[in-house]
Parts: sequence; C-alpha cells; structure tokens
Amino acid sequence: MKGSQILIEALIEEGVEVIFGYPGGRALEIYDALFAEKRLKHILVRHEQGAGHAADGYARATGRVGVCLTTSGPGATNLVTAIATAYMDSVPLVAITGQVGTTQIGKDAFQEADMTGITMPITKHNYLIKDVSELAPTIKEAFHLARTGRPGPVLIDIPSDVCKQNTDFKYPEKIDLPNYKPTLKGNPRQIKQAIELLAQAERPLVIAGGGIIAANAAKELTEFIQTTSIPAAATLLGLGIIPPNTAGYLGMPGMHGSAAVNYALCEADVILAIGMRFDDRITGNPQLFARQAKIIHADIDPAEINKCVPADVPIIGDAREILKEMLALLKKNKFTSRAEWLQQIAKWQKDFPLTYAQDSKTIKPQQVCEVLNDLTKGDAVYITDVGTHQMFAAQYLRIKSPRRFLSSGGLGTMGFGLPAAIGAALACPKENIICLAGDGGIQMNIQELGTIATNKLPVKILVINNRWLGMVRQWQQLFYCKHYSHTDLAECQPDFLKLAEAYGIKGVQIENPKHLEKQLQEVLAYKGAVLANILVAREENVLPMVPSGGVLNKMLLPQIGALIGALK
Amino acid sequence: MKHIIAVIVDNKPGVLARVAGLFSRRAYNIDSLAVGPTETKDVSRITLVVHGNDEILEQISKQLNKLPDVKKVLDLSQGEFISREMVLFKVNATPKTRHEIYALASTFRAKVIDIAEGSMIIEATGDTAKIEGLEALLEKYGLQAVARTGKLALSRGRK
Repeated sequence: MKGSQILIEALIEEGVEVIFGYPGGRALEIYDALFAEKRLKHILVRHEQGAGHAADGYARATGRVGVCLTTSGPGATNLVTAIATAYMDSVPLVAITGQVGTTQIGKDAFQEADMTGITMPITKHNYLIKDVSELAPTIKEAFHLARTGRPGPVLIDIPSDVCKQNTDFKYPEKIDLPNYKPTLKGNPRQIKQAIELLAQAERPLVIAGGGIIAANAAKELTEFIQTTSIPAAATLLGLGIIPPNTAGYLGMPGMHGSAAVNYALCEADVILAIGMRFDDRITGNPQLFARQAKIIHADIDPAEINKCVPADVPIIGDAREILKEMLALLKKNKFTSRAEWLQQIAKWQKDFPLTYAQDSKTIKPQQVCEVLNDLTKGDAVYITDVGTHQMFAAQYLRIKSPRRFLSSGGLGTMGFGLPAAIGAALACPKENIICLAGDGGIQMNIQELGTIATNKLPVKILVINNRWLGMVRQWQQLFYCKHYSHTDLAECQPDFLKLAEAYGIKGVQIENPKHLEKQLQEVLAYKGAVLANILVAREENVLPMVPSGGVLNKMLLPQIGALIGALK
Repeated sequence: MKHIIAVIVDNKPGVLARVAGLFSRRAYNIDSLAVGPTETKDVSRITLVVHGNDEILEQISKQLNKLPDVKKVLDLSQGEFISREMVLFKVNATPKTRHEIYALASTFRAKVIDIAEGSMIIEATGDTAKIEGLEALLEKYGLQAVARTGKLALSRGRK
C-alpha cells in the first residue's frame, strides 16, 4: 500500500471522522488519496491557520483528537499559531504537514521549512518520517501522545516521497513508548493529607481549571463541592465544569475575575487547586498570591507543581482519579463548620457583584451576554475570540456544562474564534453554535466565512463591535495616559454586512438596545449562518481588573471604574 | 549554583536539540555539554554542566522527563561523583622551548601527541582545575588553538 493511503487508513483506525486542511504541492499525494475517500470528511479552509484552530475547536468541543493537514513550507508555518494555541491550552491535536522529499531535505528546496525544528517548543512531541515503514507506528504513537496524560498537539512531518513508497499496511496494536508513562492514580498518602487539611481548614477554597474537562471530572468535582460545601472558582478554561447555580460557586478568579473570588483567594487558609496551572492572569504577582493559604496542587503534569506557586501538598495524577479517591475519604473526615467563612464570601458577593450601567441609546457588551443567557438558557456552544468581549463573555455568560465555552486562554490568540467555531459546528451539529468576536479579531481570520458558507454551517457570528482594539485601548487608558496608539479601528472599518453578503452569509445590523433581544432571537432562530454586527458602547472597560503583576485584593472595581469613565 | 546533569536518552534524531532547547528556553546557561553512546545499544548519555538556581533546575529536570525520548535525568552533583574532561593544546614551540614544554606536560601527566615545526600538541585529561592550571602555564608560550570536551561524569559506587 502507498504511504499516502497508509496515512488515510491509520486515521480511520484512530476513529477520525473529519480533518481540516488545505492542499499544496507536497501534500498532493495525500490529497489524491483523499479524492474519492468516503470514510473521512475533509473540510477545506481558506487559510491553514484556520485549519489548525478548526481542529482545535473540534477537539475542545468533543474531547477527541482534532486533525489538520497542510502542505510543506508556508502551509505548515501558517499552522504555528494554531499549534501554539493548542499547546498552551492542552488541546489534543495531530497536525500533519507535507514535507519536501527526503533527498531534498536541507537543500533549501522549494517550500521547505524545518517544521520539527520550528514546532519543538510548541508541541508535546513531533516526528519527521524518513521511511514509509515508520508511518503507521508513528501515527499510532502521535494519537496516543496527543490524547493521553496532559493532552497536547503532536506534529507529523511527511516527506512527499514517503507518501509514494509502498509497504504492507498493518496498524500496530501496541505502542512502543517505554519512557512515556503518565501518572494517573494520585499518591494515597498525599490525597489523605489533602483531605485532612481541607477538613481542618476554616477558610478553604477550590480553584479548578481545564484539567477537569480533560479528565472528564466535572461530575466528581461538583459532587465534591456540594458534599463538602467548600466554595469554588473555575478558571477561564474551566468555565462550565461547575453549573453556575451550584451553591458556593463563585465564578472566575484573577485579573478580570469576580471580586468575591479574589478576596477569598487572599483570605483562604487552604486552597485546593486542581487541573489548573497558576497562570499569571490568575495569580497576579505570584509572590504575593494567596499568602495565608496552604496550597494543595493536583495536576497530571509533574512539571506544573512548584512551577509558579509552591505547593504544600502536591498530588500528581488524573483529576478524576484524584477526586474519586477524595470523595471516598470524605466520610472518614469530620469537616469543621465554616459558617463564618461562607457568610463572609456571601457578603463579598453581595457587596461587589459584577455590574455595569445600562444605557438606553447604546448596547453594552455585557448586555449582549445577558440577553444570550435568557435566549439560549445555556443550551449553546459558545466560542470566543480574544479581547474585551472574551472577558465579558467569561464574566456574564452562564455556561452550564463542560466543552460549551471554547476560548484561547493561555496564548490569547486573536483570530481563534471564527475558525474554532467551524470545528465546533462540525463536532456538535445539533447545538446552537455562537461565536463572539471583536471587530479586531474577526478580521484576523475573516476569510473563514468562506468555509462556513461552503459547508453551510449554521454558525451565529456576533461581532461585538466597539471599533477599537478594546483590550489594548483599556490598558492605554489606564496605564499609558490615554495614548491610544494604533488601537482605533473606527476609520478603516469594513462594512461587515456587505462582507458577510459577499460570502453568501446573512448579515444583520444591531445597534438599538431596545431591539437587541428581538433581533438576537431572530439571529438564533435563523436556519443558516448569520453575521450580526452589534455596535456596542465604544469605551466599556472590563472590570474588575487586577493590574498586571498586582495583588488580587487590589482591584479596580466597577464602581471606581465608572468614575474614571466620567473623568474623561 | 553549578550542577552536573546526566540525561539518558534514546538515540533518536533531534533528541540533542530537544534537550538543549529546553535549557535555552528556560534561560538556563549550559557551561559545557558532552554526548556519546553508553553501555546500552541505542541509548546515549548527555552530560551537561549548568548553573542557575535550584527552582529552575527542578523545572528543567521535570520538563526533560516529559520528553518521550528521555529515559532518565540525573543530577550528579547531588551525591559523590567523578568528573573528567579532555583538552588538546596547540602551543607555540621552538627547538629551544620544546624541552620545557615536555617537562610541564609530564608534570601534569599530559601527553605530547604531535610535534611540528613551531608547534606541539598536548593532550591532557583531568578535572577542570588541572586543565586550567596547565593552560595558564602554556599560555606564556602562546596558544595557537585549544579544543576542549565537555565534562563527563559518573556517580561513584553502586548508584
């Protein structure tokens, strides 16, 4: 069998149903094998970065490995941002890139780029195939690495001549990775120690992150919180793991987290951090983070322990396994009453709620999120881009379950939203697919409107349009004396409705707060894709805000933020 | 603080770049590096001398352990170890100075391995202090070139 056909057969063996790609010279053999292929759906994107993010969106929405395919050189380098995005957020991805022929490698051949070299720091592992006999075992290994342990992207670079070579196809049953053994079961002694600490704690707190989703541990986590009555926060990547109406659920911590969580982090005496990695957007200054707390850090990746914040009790393992062990131990430990702590938190929640001022003339971005909550009742897959709209979405959208809020957290990749929504739409054909993007980010991968139109994907694209690069503008306002250096997009803004129409997508203008709900309802009810250009208040800041490198309890609160706005 | 790290790896393409890349990415300086085969077929040993604080070293060693090609990471400086490096000096030598240089070399248990018109090549093996001591003495004759290996190290005894 030819190498290109072996690749297809191996993908099918791995259960792949859809791949996102873009052809080119060094991928011709592979695309020839795809020509009459009925078992695999190939989605032709309009730019390779889109293929990477679409595969990422598909993986985030399903938990399965996303697959993208490009040619060598520029096709492959266009994937770099998407691979780095997946790496930062631990998304399982297999990226397949064409490469120049094995005899031409190193000769600066046409469209040659050293992809294994380029992607070494942003992949979990990568491979350059030198002989067709390596192809099947490598694909098996790549999928295993991508989806197990701490998930992540794996790149396979396949020279064009390898695709033409012949060998017998036999998909290996076993994987030969003797050095790769992720620890799944947490150490019982450490788990016991953790539960004892939590039982004695007067002011305990749980912070849970994307690791809970990767481990399918949302149910166990919610049960743990409910049984112990320990208040809990979920990080940006963890939104949806705790249903928002759960008692003790406080929302998101960190730079734009809710005030109650940030105050609680500063006052807590024991913190259970599980499936999260103490990103600087959560800790602020790590030296001043949660100084009163003993920290129990549970993660599947040993390298996360002590990386940013030192752990008093480290637990290495799969979040679900660890939580199951913890739940089993709960009966044996008597938890101290924490009425005072819960009252204090309730008071913070009451005194410092998320708040914004509505305006009869202008739509507020927060308002869009609240209307969406009313209209969808949480039955939607939300995909965001990066910027102020992303933070408003994280603060205001009520995400009911895991894998229903897809957002580029670690890398903060503008341009992620639209292509990731393509992946989500293919992964969840029966769900409402709602993509929120700013007017800056949407233009970074706007060409993917073509992919949405061609494949008739009913994505609802809501452009939260403030005619700024809003997050950068906010920082310039607060920390750079309102030097709005190159962030104003008002003058050069395209007509988004005509753009949508040019691709054959319905365009809707929304600018009157009075009609917002009705118009959004129509958008959501529409059978096909819609791009809604929602003109929102230009200078709405995301608050609360902990300045970069600051301390969590020193926030700029909405109440004070409103004053700054008035001082203009 | 200086550390001597031995990284035992599968001998696969790109593995040295993966290992060395991790150090540079975490802003950790490599003072010296030596790579070679081991007693086991298809397994190589990378010996690195690095300096930096212990937290970063802990982080790097954990990151190294995550690479599928890495079998083991050892911090030899944690216990007793023996280390050696080797150097070749090409030193200016005239018929007049040759004898002096011979004498110096033999004091350091170094070997003269080549003599040409105007120069000699001396091979020395030992710890860093010895090699640097010999180098200081040879410098006054004029060193034309120096080639030095990275440090090799093994823990002492059974471990």
